[in-house]
Amino acid sequence: MSTAPGDRRRPSAARGRRGAGLPGWLVPAVVLALIVASSQVFFEAWQRAWLVFAGVAFVCLVLVVQEIEPRVPIRYRGLYGKVLALGFPLLLLTMWEWLSTSGVLNARWFPPPSQIAVALWELTVTYDRFNRTSLIGRPWLVPERLASEGWAGVAALARESHVWATLSRVAFGFVLGATPGVVIGMVMGLNRTVRMMLDATMSAFYVLPKIAIFPILMLVFANPFGEGPKIAVVAISAFFLVAISTMAGVQGIDKVYLEAGRNFGANRWQMFRHVILPAALPIVFSGLRLALGTALIVIVAVEFVRADRGVGFLIFYNWQVLVTPRMYAALVVVMALGVLLTTILQWIERRVMPWRRSPEG
Amino acid sequence: MALKIVATAAQKRFPTRNGWMTAIERFDLEVEEGEFVCVVGPSGCGKSTFLRILAGLDHVTGGDVHIVPGPDPTQPLNNVVFQEYAVFPWKTVLDNVAFGLEMRGIPRAERYRRARRWITKVGLTRFEDYFPSQLSGGMKQRVSIARALTNDPQVLLMDEPLGALDAQTRTVLQEELLTIWEETRKTVVYITHSIEEAVFLADRVVIMTAHPGTVKSEFRVDLPRPRDLSTMATPAFAALTGAVWEALRDEVTRAMAEQA
Ligand SMILES: Nc1ncnc2c1ncn2[C@@H]1O[C@H](COP(=O)(O)OP(=O)(O)OP(=O)(O)O)[C@@H](O)[C@H]1O
Ligand SMILES: [Mg+2]
Repeated sequence: MSTAPGDRRRPSAARGRRGAGLPGWLVPAVVLALIVASSQVFFEAWQRAWLVFAGVAFVCLVLVVQEIEPRVPIRYRGLYGKVLALGFPLLLLTMWEWLSTSGVLNARWFPPPSQIAVALWELTVTYDRFNRTSLIGRPWLVPERLASEGWAGVAALARESHVWATLSRVAFGFVLGATPGVVIGMVMGLNRTVRMMLDATMSAFYVLPKIAIFPILMLVFANPFGEGPKIAVVAISAFFLVAISTMAGVQGIDKVYLEAGRNFGANRWQMFRHVILPAALPIVFSGLRLALGTALIVIVAVEFVRADRGVGFLIFYNWQVLVTPRMYAALVVVMALGVLLTTILQWIERRVMPWRRSPEG
Repeated sequence: MALKIVATAAQKRFPTRNGWMTAIERFDLEVEEGEFVCVVGPSGCGKSTFLRILAGLDHVTGGDVHIVPGPDPTQPLNNVVFQEYAVFPWKTVLDNVAFGLEMRGIPRAERYRRARRWITKVGLTRFEDYFPSQLSGGMKQRVSIARALTNDPQVLLMDEPLGALDAQTRTVLQEELLTIWEETRKTVVYITHSIEEAVFLADRVVIMTAHPGTVKSEFRVDLPRPRDLSTMATPAFAALTGAVWEALRDEVTRAMAEQA
């Protein structure tokens, strides 16, 4: 009697080893994990030790996926990578969905992704009568308004859009700040005297959280609630970051390129145009990327505080009225804006620095 | 023969935290028009320093170093092939090679025509639209050499141009250099730490001492031209490299003892 279960167990373990080539202990471990996970014990322990469980589950998942990878034909490796990159977040979303619909997570604070998606759709197609805003400005009304009110009607549509409000503030502010930032940074990098005069001051302003000067800017501008102070605070944030990294880029240029330029007879302007500018560009662009990220942070913070439209306003307003799915939807929009702006910057970067492209390009 | 490069009692001192550091001192050298001179010496003896002064990228603190200008005032005095290549990563091979001409305001069609001639000579025709990051070390140095030659300077200054390359690439490029030089007969000052390379390429080998750097001795290389790899197998070649090594050995030992 006592030998029977043992007999049964042995061949099954052998099959596990032979069949998939997985490490012998892995299959029992996963089975065990599943049993534990589905048991009542797990459910009670969840409250206290969910991080540990999540960690163990993640490690198991990684181990299993690593075992699969060498079995994927080389041809499908690229696809495999994409499936992993997309599949894992999808898995997380599914788990989130399951956890909040089953009540493990409080759906009031963590609404299931499906609800967030619905909220995002609603925000896109509806007009908020109370705030007199819409998410993207109802572009399907453009032909109608153009016919009835002309371009003024189209502009009014743009003005009601949260996305447009945030995007234009970031774009104007970024360009207004980054342009002088590059110029001042170049001058500081090239001229020792200017650098010594400005470096300490710039570094002091650099560490100052720019949102802290927003009240001052509201005092400075004639209309404290208008676009002026919002654009200005973005511009100032971008300016210091870009100026400091441009200066570092110019100073970090390998001396041998400057000597080669001189040796081949470049005059001052040619030196700048053909050697200094292109040599500093990679660092300048890393400064621009940083500045763009900061600009988005700052504008959302400003819109929390003082705005009647904009994606930051949308988040904060929906927090105040406790419509959490819409709050999350607005967060998704912020992420999308971040991706969009970064992609545009990367596109410009590839245009401006063709030599940094991959060897085939 | 006319003198092209004259260095008399040249001295270069660098200010450092613990006083002056003398890189070269009482440095005398005369190079004739069309002569190929190789400078060898222990590491840190001031070879690069001398070349930089010659190139006008640095100044002497005493004595005098100058290149005697030729009859054509538009012809650049010198161009350098740098120890670290210094090929511009942001320019294509073609634009790198045409760089000197572009700086002199020569129209695009003309400068590309002249650049292509040298690109072909160094065997990079297929790569003229490549960026340096897509080239091997040996190819980058070819670009650097073509860039200097396209600018057609009166004096060509080369600072260990093949120092960072592997042995095979080095040998190939040495031969290519010789072929090119025998065509152009430019005045060349060529720094190297390889005695074989020096004897193989040069009309004259100058040996430098370390700390402070001065000229210790000179060897005239009378091996017949055109030279090729078989030159390296001749007894005359072996005798010369042996003699240069004899002269250099004390210096290297002394320099190493000082550093220890
Ligand atoms: N800018 C500088 N400041 C201080 N000292 C310097 C400077 N440039 C060179 N030196 C010193 O001058 C000496 C000669 O340097 P140099 O670069 O000319 O040597 P080298 O003969 O070219 O050596 P290698 O064969 O290793 O290239 C070295 O001891 C170096 O430390
Ligand atoms: Mg050197």
